[in-house]
Amino acid sequence: MSAPAAPSSTLAPVPAPAAPPVETMTVMVNGKTVQVPKTMPDWQGKPAPTTMLQAAKIAGVDIPHYCYHDKLPIAGNCRMCLVEFGTPMMGPDRKPVLNEDGTPKISRSVLPYEPGTPRGAIACATPISPGMEIYANSKATHQMRESVLESLLINHPLDCTICDQAGECKLQEYSVQHGQAGSQFVETKVHKPKAVDLGPRIVLDDERCILCTRCIRFTRDIAGDDALGIVNRGSYNTISAFNPGHFDNNYTLNTVDLCPVGALTSKDFRFKMRVWFLKETKSLCTSCGTGCNITMGSREGVIHRYEPRENDAVNGPWMCDSGRLNYRWVGHAERLKQVLRTSADGTLQPISWNAAIESAALILTQAPQGSVAFVVSARQTNEELFLLKKLATHTGAMTDAVARDGEPDRLLVSEDRNPNSNGVRLTGMAFTEFGFNLTKIADGIAQGRIKTLVVFGEDVTRVGIGPELLAKLDALIVSDILPNATTAAATLLLPGAAHAEKRGTFVNVKGRLQKFHKAVEAPGEARPEWEFLHELVHSLTGHNGYRTIEGLFNQMAAEVPAFAGLEWAKVGDTGVTVQI
Amino acid sequence: MPEPFKLILKNLDEPGFTPDIGCYQRHGGYEALKRALAMPARDLPDGKKLSPQEALREDVKASGLRGRGGAGFSAGLKWSFVDRRSGKPIYLICNADESEPGTFKDRQILHKDPHQLIEGMILSCWANDVKLAYIYIRGEMPVAAKLLNQALKEARAAGFLGKNILGTGYDLEIHVHRGAGAYICGEETGLIESLEGKRAYPRIKPPYFPAVLGLYMCPTIVNNVETLCHVKHIVLMGPTEYAKLGTPNNTGTRIVSLSGDVQKPGYYEIQVGRVTLGELIFDPNFGGGLKPGRTLKAIIPGGSSSKVLKAGEVFKLNRKGADGQMAKVDVSLLDLPYDFDSLQQAGTMSGSSAVIVLDDSRSMVQTLGNLSEFYAHESCGQCTPCREGALWLSKATHRLSHGEGRKADADYLTHIAQNIQGRTICAFGEAAAWPVLSFVKKFRDEFEAQGAADEAAHAKSQGTSSPKSSDPRSAAGSLQTH
Repeated sequence: MSAPAAPSSTLAPVPAPAAPPVETMTVMVNGKTVQVPKTMPDWQGKPAPTTMLQAAKIAGVDIPHYCYHDKLPIAGNCRMCLVEFGTPMMGPDRKPVLNEDGTPKISRSVLPYEPGTPRGAIACATPISPGMEIYANSKATHQMRESVLESLLINHPLDCTICDQAGECKLQEYSVQHGQAGSQFVETKVHKPKAVDLGPRIVLDDERCILCTRCIRFTRDIAGDDALGIVNRGSYNTISAFNPGHFDNNYTLNTVDLCPVGALTSKDFRFKMRVWFLKETKSLCTSCGTGCNITMGSREGVIHRYEPRENDAVNGPWMCDSGRLNYRWVGHAERLKQVLRTSADGTLQPISWNAAIESAALILTQAPQGSVAFVVSARQTNEELFLLKKLATHTGAMTDAVARDGEPDRLLVSEDRNPNSNGVRLTGMAFTEFGFNLTKIADGIAQGRIKTLVVFGEDVTRVGIGPELLAKLDALIVSDILPNATTAAATLLLPGAAHAEKRGTFVNVKGRLQKFHKAVEAPGEARPEWEFLHELVHSLTGHNGYRTIEGLFNQMAAEVPAFAGLEWAKVGDTGVTVQI
Repeated sequence: MPEPFKLILKNLDEPGFTPDIGCYQRHGGYEALKRALAMPARDLPDGKKLSPQEALREDVKASGLRGRGGAGFSAGLKWSFVDRRSGKPIYLICNADESEPGTFKDRQILHKDPHQLIEGMILSCWANDVKLAYIYIRGEMPVAAKLLNQALKEARAAGFLGKNILGTGYDLEIHVHRGAGAYICGEETGLIESLEGKRAYPRIKPPYFPAVLGLYMCPTIVNNVETLCHVKHIVLMGPTEYAKLGTPNNTGTRIVSLSGDVQKPGYYEIQVGRVTLGELIFDPNFGGGLKPGRTLKAIIPGGSSSKVLKAGEVFKLNRKGADGQMAKVDVSLLDLPYDFDSLQQAGTMSGSSAVIVLDDSRSMVQTLGNLSEFYAHESCGQCTPCREGALWLSKATHRLSHGEGRKADADYLTHIAQNIQGRTICAFGEAAAWPVLSFVKKFRDEFEAQGAADEAAHAKSQGTSSPKSSDPRSAAGSLQTH
């Protein structure tokens, strides 16, 4: 939380209660002394004794691991994080034994039955103790890692050339860092099932699997669907679905992200693109009001995948499958690409953006106060809604937005299927309940009071303003990205941009204001709405706002009370919480 | 001449002794329970009082009883680790998953004298405030499971089990749970997982020490069948008298499962440390000697996972001299007293007290192949070193014992095994690695000779016919290491 001090105390974010002083402990990692808290959050965020792995991280030392994941229960099975360690030697009086120079004597960990041989502890699950020394770089530690890696690779198919995980595979990564160049394995490899259809979205290659059980733990302990398990024994162990082919909860694709190797692959993504060609853009999922943080993977203007981006204030490291796969519309063939206006003969004709803005400005300027109404979408950005509000105020227009509801789940999916309902409320474009004014607008059109309708991103024919009403209007200014019954009736059509094609902010259902960035270009003449809305506001009001999203956002923050004190540059990648 | 000492086995092989409660009670059964439950609080010299339960726990500690399952850990100490302040129920589990190759002692008790175990369990449960206990029995012992259930029914009917035992207000229930045939279920945390209905993956320690976070995350005691039986005798004899059996720090009796190349394989109860390995093999009261014309080659002294001992080996043991000072003394293999400490000092362990005798007719290469196959089959596969290493060892020893060996295989096997021991979640890693490490170390000539012979045979066949491309040695030939 980094919201700057707000001018009004009622709008300032509630300050967190002062944290109790953290008890610390001194340990040494690779010869460097560090103070670390005695307890740190476990996978559920509850305080638990600090582990060697956490202490090493504080010291800036990364300990390699496969099965460990900070948001999953600890399994301790991969053994990649084995490290040699030492603890202060205790005398019979339970006091530390000292060296001649007064420093505590350290006894290095050794096998109890073979005192000459170093013994490792798994850093992921072993709590630190005062004075402990962790040797994450020692010869013995390196030898342990090499041997674990060797064991993981002996039965691995080594099919990196055709593996989707290549380029983001922990086996590859650690083989470079900790592997041995040669292999002494001369036996035949174990063969296991290939291309197993686990469920509608997941394919499993059991030969690539290193049995870290991340997928099992995720679906059991996070998704609440105990659907995966291990069958067979020993080196023949195989991940399997309880009901093969039906691993189909709405979070299955997280197992693909979690899989450190290429065992679990997404049917949607597999064999489509080498990951190193993908441009990564920080963005948000727009499928519901949760606003899961995502990374968009795109290449040359085409989006190839969404992946969750970790944000503990919103989605943790997860996202739902339906949101993740909801990206095809961005590059849809039927996208609106032309600026169009009804000509004298009643047909839509292409015009330039300049002409369109002039035309819209003329319509709105000439419209008598109260004869204009706005129906906007809670899929528009705050900046766009802010500009639309300016237009509505200028024309004395009635405004509303369209609600979009669905079944919520217990993890991430919100009942509110709009990404920015709170943005609509905070910019004043609708009441808390959407749809309150829609009937009034419909009545106004029917009674001839409303002659101009501005629609952004919604098909109003589906919410009670049917084609027969639209036909009564003098002007219907519509901006959207895909054709529908409303765009078909438009007298002025302004093709907009998908969120992947512009920058902006949304406020999620819990009041988290978050930024997203541009991944791909909008098709044809389509433009980000905030750009042409800014021009329209300028034409209409003479107000010369900002031509950049940064400036626009800062202007909005100065005018919208809920955003008071915010600056674009200070809203980090994981957003800030605002009062809703 | 050393003689067997029958404490646990006192009745069960007597003619006419049957596993029913009537027969057990005619032989003094459940007297220990009656005596213990009637015990008053014990006064301590400092004026404090010990509850009768605490007193029994102290007695078990004082008796020096060590676990008979494999690790030989002090039973009294194990009980003392139990978290009694958590407010959670304390569970006791009898580990009757006897499956270490060569071990067949617990099954004698389970099949022939189930009430002795049940009495020992009731006493142990009572001493530890346990209200619910389980007997986790190996799936391959269906008859014993049936007998146990029958015995529990009888004990319940007689008022020794169930509600308000012997009118004391103490309630205890014991359930029998049958395993499904996996060796790993003998590992106590794997057993607990299995009992909870899960795959028997041993738990990581820390944090899941059974005494604190055991069955259903409650404090749990897991004891071996034979260990629990001893509690009854500690009550009957008193800890001081009991501790006179055996030798200091190795008190009481143990049932030894003697198998392999001896005249009289079988189970023999001895006072711990009062009988030597040589006596176990050669004495007419025990093994009765090797088979005619054979010489001793090796002894696997504590179940298949213990490190092998080679005939003729001499060990340096710590012994108290006449002056009371500890000194290193040379002790030859056959003079090794059969107890926990001596075998540990000899670099191996008494484990589950299963002595497997190998004579000169045995190939160590073949024997290791057999053992490694077992461990590859039984590795649960949870953690990497054991999962991959156990099968690797098995494939390598199989190759070596089927004419496809290499001279380099001795080092190869050692390398694989060293990368398993000490790196795994449970002691199975050691169980898989130790036979390999000790066999190769002590019989290296045999392994190298086998590999060399195979290589020579291969070279010869290559000279006369085209080489087999699938031969693993072709791959080995092109091996590049750094």
